[in-house]
Amino acid sequence: MIELRNLTKTFPGPNGGVQALKDVSLTIDDGDIYGIIGMSGAGKSTLVRCINLLERPTQGTVLLDGQDLSTLSQKDLRQTRRKIAMIFQGFHLLQQRTCLKNVCFPLELAGVSRVAARQRAGELLELVGLPDKAGAYPSQLSGGQQQRVAIARALATDPKVLLCDEATSALDPNTTHAILGLIRQINRQTGITVVVITHQMSVVEEICNRVAILDNGVVAETGEVSRLFSRPSSPAARRLVFPQGADEVLAPCPGEDRLRVVFHGARTTRTPLIAKMAMELNLPANILSASTRPIGEKVYGSLLLGVPQGRAREAIAYLQNVPDVLAEEVTGHAE
Amino acid sequence: MLNDLFSPEELAEAWEIIRTGFPLALWQTIYVTVLATAFSIVLGLPLGVLLVAGEPDGVRPLPRWLMTTVNWVINVLRSVPFLILMILLIPLTRAIVGTSVGTVASIVPLVAAAFPFVARLAESSLREVNPSVVEAAQSMGASPLQIICKVMIPESIPSLLSNATIAATTILGYSAMSGIIGGGGLGKMAIDYGYYRYRYLVMILAVLLLVVLVQLIQTLGSRLAARADKRN
Repeated sequence: MIELRNLTKTFPGPNGGVQALKDVSLTIDDGDIYGIIGMSGAGKSTLVRCINLLERPTQGTVLLDGQDLSTLSQKDLRQTRRKIAMIFQGFHLLQQRTCLKNVCFPLELAGVSRVAARQRAGELLELVGLPDKAGAYPSQLSGGQQQRVAIARALATDPKVLLCDEATSALDPNTTHAILGLIRQINRQTGITVVVITHQMSVVEEICNRVAILDNGVVAETGEVSRLFSRPSSPAARRLVFPQGADEVLAPCPGEDRLRVVFHGARTTRTPLIAKMAMELNLPANILSASTRPIGEKVYGSLLLGVPQGRAREAIAYLQNVPDVLAEEVTGHAE
Repeated sequence: MLNDLFSPEELAEAWEIIRTGFPLALWQTIYVTVLATAFSIVLGLPLGVLLVAGEPDGVRPLPRWLMTTVNWVINVLRSVPFLILMILLIPLTRAIVGTSVGTVASIVPLVAAAFPFVARLAESSLREVNPSVVEAAQSMGASPLQIICKVMIPESIPSLLSNATIAATTILGYSAMSGIIGGGGLGKMAIDYGYYRYRYLVMILAVLLLVVLVQLIQTLGSRLAARADKRN
């Protein structure tokens, strides 16, 4: 279990410096895939670097299984870091080493014998689906393949925690999907705790079970991902769930009720859901804005519907019947 | 004058000097350059590592006063002209080699002049290593020494090789100058025969040989660096 207690991080500079984190407290349970999401500059990267003390918090404590990391000696901290692996947006592989030797690297650091390290590295390359790339150099691989090697490298020392710092932000959507699938598969197989730092809601939707929203160095909201998608309560969460302020920019329209429909992995790619509702209920629904995307057979995202005044409940009742679709009435303006 | 330069007697005499003197001079030049480069790297590379690793945000920060002193000493050594350095270092050369004249003796001032230069070259090579890769190694629990030996140096090998080539060609040039204090080699031949005895043919040939040597070193070094680089 990872417990972050009252973390504050101030970077020195003019005018008192920059406060990247302000009194951040989070608890991440074993086996969680925990998302930490926020806009650029929200302090996400600083926060994840505090978990393995690459960045020392100005105040507050980081507890890993009850052990306060800041009290450890340099040597013990290095030992502990082997239990907290990390992957990055830029992969950060050693460019002058082959893939196999990159995966061997953390094992070398830990003093594992050459033969045993090569054996283990070979198995890990197999696990991430690149057994044929053992002798290749990172520059010969695509971004997705490099991230797979980085994942294999991260897993070499059997860590308890995997920190992913914008690990899919440099990858195209298909590759992102594949890498996230791999991470989830590893989480299920080994029970490793995963912390996912991202600015993309789609990443959180796809693999996280719990999420914290970081806004300007402050935790705005935490909770189950499904709950957050259906009822985001903080302004920061609403901005992320409904990009471009979907329900905020539109002026209210007399004679129209509005409802928000949230797709949380609903299998509706083959159903013309809104058209069907319009026909069956004889209800002329107006799609005011939509931000949905299919991932495989599932749909994620939300849309905003306008329906004739007084008929919102009817529409909600209809849509709620569809699995993994949530609908609620909105009042035109964000509270 | 050109007639004089290429008269049969001149040519015969020049050929005699070249035949008898050049093999040894060439050997001395190569031998001095190789040894001086090797010693300069032995001293300069660790110093370059120290300059990068010892910074406040390096992998093993060192006290500020130490870093300031090291930087100052390197700058001072680099700003003394080689000719003056050779003379200033005569006592040191005598203490180390036992004499201050001759081919072996010329290695001492050469190393003294070259190792601060090598340290700066190594520093710039090591700085090319992506700091994020160093951070990744730290996140895996690498110690400062492990980062230096397994990340910083191996990752900058191509650049270090290019810079070692620059160092070797520079040292070759300096070694020619050490002919002044009795260091042997092609430089001494050029000065002794060309400058003191007006044997221009000998001088030109010695210089041409130096040019060929520089070309060889540079080609070899560039090739090694390109082959070592796995980034493309």
